[in-house]
Amino acid sequence: MSNAVSPLQGASFDGFARIEEQGLRGMITLRGDLADGGFGKAVAALTGCDVPDTRRCEVKGDYAVAWMSPDELLILCPHSAAEAGVAQLSKVLSGTHYLAANVSDARAVFRVSGEDARQVISKLAPVDMSPEAFGAGDFRRTRLAQTPAAFWMPNDKTIEFICFRSVADYVFALLSRAATPGTQV
Amino acid sequence: MLILRCPYCGVDADETELAAGGQAHIKRETVGASDEAFEEYLFMRENPKGVHFERWRHANGCGKWFHAARCTETLEVFGTYSAQTTEPPKEIRDKISEKRPGWSWGEFS
Ligand SMILES: [Zn+2]
Repeated sequence: MSNAVSPLQGASFDGFARIEEQGLRGMITLRGDLADGGFGKAVAALTGCDVPDTRRCEVKGDYAVAWMSPDELLILCPHSAAEAGVAQLSKVLSGTHYLAANVSDARAVFRVSGEDARQVISKLAPVDMSPEAFGAGDFRRTRLAQTPAAFWMPNDKTIEFICFRSVADYVFALLSRAATPGTQV
Repeated sequence: MLILRCPYCGVDADETELAAGGQAHIKRETVGASDEAFEEYLFMRENPKGVHFERWRHANGCGKWFHAARCTETLEVFGTYSAQTTEPPKEIRDKISEKRPGWSWGEFS
């Protein structure tokens, strides 16, 4: 078994906000009928979370479930638990219309933290980042400059991002440049 | 900038989050169609100054296709609606009639 490493192996940048690559994170793409009781039970059994409302995410310990689209969720879990998670979901959901895939190694995760963390996003994404419009528990898929990304806020001073692993370098450069000291807006 | 509300995730998405999908409500011609009908399906498009119906995809978002009714002259957006329909819903057509009495587009009015 090869030794899995995250794309930037924990790279960080200190600007007016701190940017950190987060290392390995387990991620499962789960598609199906979100309103179906059996589907919800399968999600709860694995994660302890309810199926989130539109554009929301639910967090329980090491697990989180994010709303990706009307028929898709993203389950976040420890990297080592993703494969078993897919197996468990597949077993419970077998016979229904669903898809479960381990996408952990196709993604990168970043954290932006600091007083003005919201400003870093405001510069890069067409999203209203005022505290009234976006806060803890919200989840948003959008673009970061020219690449797709999704983010949520674990707390009011921290934003976590997911992007494709293949653009991790680009996203790290974007975030770092946007957080350059002295460039608050 | 054009802003459309995605009917699937509710986001007011600006143009940079969207991918344009061309004219809406095109009926696909297939095996057995006459040459004229197939040409119509493949090449002939509305090009109105005014009310228009289009397909858009929330590409940098929830990923879903949807429909939009808007005015090509003023960029006013009359509304967006589900992709799972072959014609504009009544509430959208009523809204357009309020603002553009007597409008017509293809087979709809
Ligand atoms: Zn959407």
